[in-house]
Amino acid sequence: MTRDLDRILEHVDQLQSLNTDGIECTAHAIPLETPIRPDRAAVPIDPELALANAPHREGSAFVVPRVIDGEES
Amino acid sequence: MLTLTAQREALESGGLSSTELVTSALGAAEGRGRELGAVVGLRAEAALVDAAQSDARRSSDEVRSPLEGIPLLLKDNMVMKGEATTCASRILEPFVSPYDSTVVERLQAAGAIILGRANMDEFAMGASTENSIFGPAHNPWDSTRSTGGSSGGPAAAVAAGITGFALGSDTGGSIRQPASFCGVVGLKPTYGRVSRWGLVAFASSLDQIGPFSHSARECAWVLEAIAGHDPRDSTSIPEPPPALDAALTGELDGIRIGLPREYFIDDGADPEVLSRVREAVSELEAGGAKVVEVSLPHTPYVVSTYYLVATAEASSNLARYDGVRYGRRTESPRDLDEMYRRSRSEGFGAEVKRRILLGTYVLSAGYFDAYYKKAQQVRTLVRSDFEAAFEVCDVIAGPTYPEVAFPIGAKIDDPVSLYLGDIYTVSANLAGLPGISLPCGRSQGLPVGLQLLGRALDEATLLRVADAFQRRTDHHLDFPPCASAAATGGRAAP
Repeated sequence: MTRDLDRILEHVDQLQSLNTDGIECTAHAIPLETPIRPDRAAVPIDPELALANAPHREGSAFVVPRVIDGEES
Repeated sequence: MLTLTAQREALESGGLSSTELVTSALGAAEGRGRELGAVVGLRAEAALVDAAQSDARRSSDEVRSPLEGIPLLLKDNMVMKGEATTCASRILEPFVSPYDSTVVERLQAAGAIILGRANMDEFAMGASTENSIFGPAHNPWDSTRSTGGSSGGPAAAVAAGITGFALGSDTGGSIRQPASFCGVVGLKPTYGRVSRWGLVAFASSLDQIGPFSHSARECAWVLEAIAGHDPRDSTSIPEPPPALDAALTGELDGIRIGLPREYFIDDGADPEVLSRVREAVSELEAGGAKVVEVSLPHTPYVVSTYYLVATAEASSNLARYDGVRYGRRTESPRDLDEMYRRSRSEGFGAEVKRRILLGTYVLSAGYFDAYYKKAQQVRTLVRSDFEAAFEVCDVIAGPTYPEVAFPIGAKIDDPVSLYLGDIYTVSANLAGLPGISLPCGRSQGLPVGLQLLGRALDEATLLRVADAFQRRTDHHLDFPPCASAAATGGRAAP
């Protein structure tokens, strides 16, 4: 894995030979304005459906291992 | 075998019902589709229910679109409510979607019948459909060869006649390159033309959904059904879906075909591949198109630019697979950190890990300017190259891939060599342009792909040229030997 990553980085280093001073960045190819939608209440996804894929749940919560040391788990 | 066109004609003439078509396709998918590693999941009962409803609509004159009653496969990265979507990854193995992707909604609204899921490289990362928990897909022309990737399953399924069309996704060539390897048509629309809602994200500024089929006209029917603005995808272009079928006039007069000199250099593509492409361009010229030389001077830099942008975006997008809300979680982690680490280490394959690591690195504080920002600047130069080229031409032609389908296993241990093959396809993603790969003959008995690239939002001209080429030639009717048997559910040898 490290050998592959080294080889990939070695290859992409070719970009350093290009002069890009003053060139704008392209984050998105097609210029779009941030769309704004009306702030209307809508029916959200059914919580049962949203939790159906949880690897571990209790009621309406996703359960994860203890986060803070010293707490009761 | 039955193409989408033949299926449509059979349905319209009453020669076949949708139930018959779907039954036959399910047989082929279970047989040849599984053998080829092209098909990874079927919703057989549900598809037959959908087909019966389609037949009922047809008998009461309520046909919804040219796709009414016609079965298709989805690449396994587009979600459908109540169905699994795995992205060919262990980490998503347990996932069942709580919602429909926009393309699924639109295909169903068009009356098409979703048969099931097709194989792919894990999270669409790869060019050979070997990075899959389901094992590799096999090329219908020669089962020891790769289908290409990452949409190798959909491409192989259409080539083998299992379905008349399929949907794939293209982030750096993942529709066009497998179309080239498998001898079918693959269309990547303009970025934003088809909603990405419900497409599992790889690199969000590059990803685009598109069809596989046997002809440009068939791709036009599918694109008309799935394209159009979707408020749930904020990068979806606020334009109505294009009227494409009517644009396919067969006319080439006045069309200027640009040949980038950087695509036809001696140490580039395989000479026989270039010969097929040159012959195809001559055919367009004989049909009335004018050929002009153009230059895309930043071509030598596009692969590096692509792999920096794509991996950066992927490293961010794939952070969501944390074993908390969905997907795979490791067994009995001691604490939260171990849960994240082990869930991801066990859940992702080697290529996905490689790209997450690379993307995280190029976005890190000390390297952001040197890699990610630099790549975004070069992306601007690549876009400018195309803007200049499209001043003097309407469509750009070249090879889709430097060679024909390589043997399975030949490149899997050499990621850099595999990445470099993407030289002709990644530019369209970086610049957001539509591109199509069409079969244009064979080399070593295997299909060669002609790639055409168009201006943003001008799928009409792109498909018009592609359709005109197919009216003058019959490469798209050159099917692999296994295809005729597959359409009836048979299991002929490749």
